[in-house]
Amino acid sequence: MKAYFGRRYGFSASHRLHTDELSEAENRATYGKCNHPFGHGHNYVVEITVGGPVDPDTGMVCNLVDLDACVREQVLEPFDHTNLNLLSCFEKFVPTTENLCIEIDRRIRQAFRKAEIFSVRVEETNNNFFEIEHSASGSGSTAGRK
Amino acid sequence: MILLTRKADFSAAHFYWNDAWTEEQNVAAFGKCANRNGHGHNYTLEVTVAGEVDAVTGFVVDLKQLKEVIEREVISVYDHRHFNHEVPEFRSVIPTTENIAIAIWKRLEGKIPGARLYKVRVYEMPDLFAEYRGEA
Repeated sequence: MKAYFGRRYGFSASHRLHTDELSEAENRATYGKCNHPFGHGHNYVVEITVGGPVDPDTGMVCNLVDLDACVREQVLEPFDHTNLNLLSCFEKFVPTTENLCIEIDRRIRQAFRKAEIFSVRVEETNNNFFEIEHSASGSGSTAGRK
Repeated sequence: MILLTRKADFSAAHFYWNDAWTEEQNVAAFGKCANRNGHGHNYTLEVTVAGEVDAVTGFVVDLKQLKEVIEREVISVYDHRHFNHEVPEFRSVIPTTENIAIAIWKRLEGKIPGARLYKVRVYEMPDLFAEYRGEA
């Protein structure tokens, strides 16, 4: 039987939303307070949901120890207590939480082999989150505001 | 179609153990969850149903009825119990969060008046959940 297993993780980082493609005035108009010159930070929550058959021997979709190790290595250690704008993966992309979600999804899907990644959700604050969901018919992304 | 979710809580004890394995294999696979004295959690259950909004009542499902079904079929059987020792479906099935979600689906399927069961999500802790959507 196919079931889903989800786990939530946290890391803290700073960022500034700014792109050289726009003028200073356009950046301010587009990003508002997220464009303040010295950046600001968030306690991000990353929710990873994997899907797959429940192993009859273990009763598990995958062992959470393996998922924890993968997320720690691929996401928490490289991102926690950093300035996202200075990381190589954001050299060409603005570190919006949409792009952060895409980057985390890419890393986890590449590295985790024990179960299929069903969705990756990144909560920037308690009131907004971004999510990429994978299904048989393809991927979709959603963004929400509580 | 619209989805509606109702939450409920229960507290229960369990441990993870596969009788076909040695003690070493069980400890290697399940870690501290293999302690046969058991341990417990405050579980949170989210039951999501799907249906159409009734033109007269504006309801997908009568929430009071849904609450009563969840209480009767799940909470009264699981709350303040030991899964391995007291809940029949876990005599031969390991009470992992995944298997608990599947068992709750089986308990609720077909018993909710006027709506279709869409998904069952069980939080073992705030940072860990399992979900079953009736897939084979």
